[in-house]
Amino acid sequence: MSQGNTQHANTTGHVWDDDLQEYNNPLPSWWLWAFYLTIIFSIVYWVLYPAWPMGKGFTPGISTITYKNDKGVEKTTHWSTRALLMKDLQEAREMQKPYFDKVAATPFDQIAKSPDLSNFVASAGKVLFSDNCAACHQSGGQGKMAFAPNLTDDDWIYGGTYDKIQATVASGRHGIMPPKGGANLSDADMDNLANYVLSLSGEPSDATKAAVGNELFHGKATCFSCHGADGKGNQDIGSANLTDKIWLWADVPGAGSADKKVAAVKAVIASGLNKGVMPAWGGRLSADQIKLLTVYVHDVLGGGSKK
Amino acid sequence: MMDHSKIEKNLGLMLVMVLFAISIGGLIEVVPLFFIQGTVEDVKTAEGIKMVRPYSPLELRGRDIYIREGCYLCHSQMIRPFRDEAMRYGHYSLAAESQYDHPFQWGSKRTGPDLARVGKKYSNEWQVQHLTAPRSMVPESVMPNYPWLLANDLDYSDVGDRMAALRITGVPYSTNKAEYDRNVKDFGAEVAKQLHIPDAQKSLIEQAQTGNYDGNAANVSEMDAVVAYLQVLGTMVDFSKLDNDAFVKYR
Repeated sequence: MSQGNTQHANTTGHVWDDDLQEYNNPLPSWWLWAFYLTIIFSIVYWVLYPAWPMGKGFTPGISTITYKNDKGVEKTTHWSTRALLMKDLQEAREMQKPYFDKVAATPFDQIAKSPDLSNFVASAGKVLFSDNCAACHQSGGQGKMAFAPNLTDDDWIYGGTYDKIQATVASGRHGIMPPKGGANLSDADMDNLANYVLSLSGEPSDATKAAVGNELFHGKATCFSCHGADGKGNQDIGSANLTDKIWLWADVPGAGSADKKVAAVKAVIASGLNKGVMPAWGGRLSADQIKLLTVYVHDVLGGGSKK
Repeated sequence: MMDHSKIEKNLGLMLVMVLFAISIGGLIEVVPLFFIQGTVEDVKTAEGIKMVRPYSPLELRGRDIYIREGCYLCHSQMIRPFRDEAMRYGHYSLAAESQYDHPFQWGSKRTGPDLARVGKKYSNEWQVQHLTAPRSMVPESVMPNYPWLLANDLDYSDVGDRMAALRITGVPYSTNKAEYDRNVKDFGAEVAKQLHIPDAQKSLIEQAQTGNYDGNAANVSEMDAVVAYLQVLGTMVDFSKLDNDAFVKYR
């Protein structure tokens, strides 16, 4: 606007500091119409969707959502984000259903033979694994020393068959080994035992001490009752195989010297284990998801055993 | 129509009118929720026991530490009713689940994941290890280390006062026999014991020793409290006993 218009312009009537005035022009019509449109929009919205509070309730609106819940019961209700989610989840379920049904219907060992299904397991399993399992077993299932076992090797604490993996995922695990320190064994006893345990895996050890440890293992220390006379463990009770050079609780591979290896094993013998708690996933994941994860761990991560 | 010069020249009047104008929106959105039935869902077991209970003294101290350390700056506790959130975090959060939170920890920004249902997802050991050194468990994490939680003894001398303060806001902690009996009826005897303010320190120590959250039974550390709190998040309502649309009717 040019200066010349000032005389005819509509002003608010204020005059500040002798000559300072304020325009009082009408709003631009495009703006005004946009404003009226928002009012019309809100009225349409009130009619369609939940809007006005009315005492203990509210106006539900005439728009409805029809969905099936997880029991398959069909329900129609006024529009709400919760009902909308039910519809979204139902659609997602129906989209995945053919695959999940196939996974559920196919015996474990046949899944890998179908390219379609194994693709599904590899991709859906990875999502489930990353979200739920990777926090402990790490993103590739490689596990973590002194925390969670490696799932990609052939060593299994509780068994690596489909059935065992499924049971582990569904019900969780809790590793317990009674402490042997204190009143049970002397420091020298544990030193001898540690040497014997290391010798089982072909680690450097003192032969004389190991021989004494051998007797303790099969005698006073009663290690054999869980780990077996041959030290190969028992998957039914989750006692570790001590002969396979794979270590979880004693960081033998990471110990720099022979002395440190002995110390690492000794520490576990002395204080025992009351950790290695794996939560049960039965409540958090569905049976279908657990089966899928089982196949993922067994086939895709690749450590699963036949028997 | 009022002449605007009157308003503009009278600061007191303008202040009152500005306050009135800006409160309309807030009042219209908030006030009806106090009257609409079902804003806070009614979640009870078949036996009529309320599923959502106030925090035990130990969990409450854990929550205080959660707030002290600013966990809420990166973690929300609010699973929204969207498909992607349902897939990742589980059932959407209920209003009932944060009814005893003062202040609530919903949050609107996630640098870390939502924690509304983190309870029982990981073992206590994992939580301890992860809080002490997050990158030792999740290499790509940007979460800071909180090693002092394990080293600091928990100060629980004032836990009773903290519960009493929450009681004023309406959290049903009990101070006398009548309130205790009401809690027994509402939450069951086991829970009611934990909510009794005169026994607060005793039940705190008891829970820390039985739960042994930090792996050290000898002391009650701040870690005990934080892990106890994290492990209860989102676990009070047993959704497995309910249809997945059980809470649609409340909206």
